[in-house]
Amino acid sequence: MAASPLFTNLDQIFILLRDWLVGFLPAAFRPAAGVALGAIAIVGAFPGLFAVVVLLERKGVGRIQNRYGPNRVGPFGLLQPIADAIKALIKEDIVPYRADHVVHFLAPIVLLVTVFMAFAVLPVGRNMVLVDMDTGLLFFIAMGAVTELSVFMAGWSSRNKFSILGAMRGIAQMISYEVVLVLSTVSVVMIAGSLSLTRIIAAQNSYSGVFPHWYIFTPWGAAGFLTFSIAGMAETNRSPFDVPEGESEIVAGYHTEYSGFKFAIFFIAEYLSMISISGLCATLFLGGWSAPFSFLVFIPSWIWFFSKVILSLCVFIWVRGTLPRLRQDQLMNFAWKFLLPFALLNLLVTALWRFMGEGWMRWVICTAILAAAYVIMGRVSMRNQHFGPRRYRYAE
Amino acid sequence: MTSPLAGYLLVAALLFAIGLAGALVRRNAILVLIGIELMLNAANLNLIAFWRFGPHPEALTGMMFAIFSIAVAAAEAAVGLGLVISIHRHTDTTELDKINRMKG
Amino acid sequence: MNVVFYLLAALTLAGGLAAVLLKNLVHCALATTVAFVGLALLFLQLDAQFAGFAQILVYIGAVAILIVFAILLTRGSDLPKGGVFSRTWFVGLVIAAGVFAVLAWAVLESVRAVPQQTTVPAVTVHDIGNALLGRYVLPLEVVALLLTAATIGAVIVAMHEKERPKP
Repeated sequence: MAASPLFTNLDQIFILLRDWLVGFLPAAFRPAAGVALGAIAIVGAFPGLFAVVVLLERKGVGRIQNRYGPNRVGPFGLLQPIADAIKALIKEDIVPYRADHVVHFLAPIVLLVTVFMAFAVLPVGRNMVLVDMDTGLLFFIAMGAVTELSVFMAGWSSRNKFSILGAMRGIAQMISYEVVLVLSTVSVVMIAGSLSLTRIIAAQNSYSGVFPHWYIFTPWGAAGFLTFSIAGMAETNRSPFDVPEGESEIVAGYHTEYSGFKFAIFFIAEYLSMISISGLCATLFLGGWSAPFSFLVFIPSWIWFFSKVILSLCVFIWVRGTLPRLRQDQLMNFAWKFLLPFALLNLLVTALWRFMGEGWMRWVICTAILAAAYVIMGRVSMRNQHFGPRRYRYAE
Repeated sequence: MTSPLAGYLLVAALLFAIGLAGALVRRNAILVLIGIELMLNAANLNLIAFWRFGPHPEALTGMMFAIFSIAVAAAEAAVGLGLVISIHRHTDTTELDKINRMKG
Repeated sequence: MNVVFYLLAALTLAGGLAAVLLKNLVHCALATTVAFVGLALLFLQLDAQFAGFAQILVYIGAVAILIVFAILLTRGSDLPKGGVFSRTWFVGLVIAAGVFAVLAWAVLESVRAVPQQTTVPAVTVHDIGNALLGRYVLPLEVVALLLTAATIGAVIVAMHEKERPKP
């Protein structure tokens, strides 16, 4: 259905704004200035989203734990992020005497720069991607791989046993789940036929009747979405996978010795990587900036993208408040013995889907294979755990 | 530099020489492995520079060679470092000067 | 020759020099990572996008982490007595300088003879994928076998052995 000019302009409003601003400069500087403006927009918009997410998390986890979240600062605690920012800025920056000062200083910077670079390939709306790379997905995953190095730098430079232990656990966890993450994105690349994120969205941007052709509505897409979400949660050290920074386990893991602004940078980087993983999940499986129903296309594309990201973040926060923390060996078992075979099987099922042709048969067979594999692998890995009826012991 | 290709090849040669010096001059076994990785990287740079600037009747050979070289180097680093860890467990040192007896 | 190439070359060579000259092992490993980053950026400047990102993913994301783990597990943070350079360091330096001299002479002499293209070879990821499973399928399978053997071998070599009873 044709969109009226008002809604098309609203959809492209940021592009039009950028073109108008860049038009003031001579023609030689325009591309560079356009990219610079896009980078400034990223650096402004996503930390803004971070402030919203921090508040959402504290209130959300608070309500799940049957208490109010922060409600002192401002009405309903809405100004809490500002209070947090002021606190982080004015706290004293303590560096241990025997710490390696150069590496200790560089670790949060490397982490923050790498996490910001990953946002450059996310298509935030129609035509709204900072750099449209042919190998966009590979770039995103490469940036995720570099964050592991900064975790090590932070943990080792503090010369603290808790820090180094937290860093080694964190790196082992991140490497294991990175394999799972990459494998679950390979199915999407196989069907879409390209590593470029804009082309992956374009492949999902069609509607049959009213329903969209998002990849999550296919059997292999649903399995891939689950695997990707779990691996994404583990990549960003999010509960229930937060043994490397668990407060009741090893003080604060690899950022024990960081205080004040450097700790704030670690905090920002963790939440920003969570936002970027949610953004990638929305792009690969939920159709990016495309609308869920064909009659809702008139709503601007960037609103859909941010709604999907916020929805994913709400699910992350919900899981954090609900599930208990996994032990390190349970975590590694889960990655190597369950998720990795499941992701490989998902690859096989995707290939089967692609070559079976249209029709109801491929739905039935692919769903049956994935469901059977899930049940069988689950039963096999739990065969030594005998759970009897619950027995309660009360204090006398 | 007279041409871009010569510039890249000279950088690769210098990096190779630095890696070779590191492998020959340092005492620690892990630094020898770091030197070897630098040498492999210099060879990769050579391959990609020739892929870009050399005559290419088929457009893919240099890039494929470099990709396979990266994969093989990763495998070799893994096995080499496993060996270093195993030797350390056996003789409690990683200095190459001290690992000079076959008795074990 | 543009400024970017000189900057990247300086970064890479500085990283390589720091990697072989520094005393603290972990600093050497981090300097190697800087050299890898410089090389990845050089690949990107040569329009080899896939190779550049594969370099970041494999070398910085895996090999550098392997190196730092090995340094941690072999307690490399303690400085050895007697210095970090071996007793025969001068000979090693001479050999490396000789190798560089020969290579540089070969490059400068023969670069005139190689005809140089300025057009970028148009290689997309699509072509790489097709080639990997078409013309280069045998090297792909051999590399897969090699990686499997390397994984199993590294695990077996570095595994804790069971204590053998002393005779």
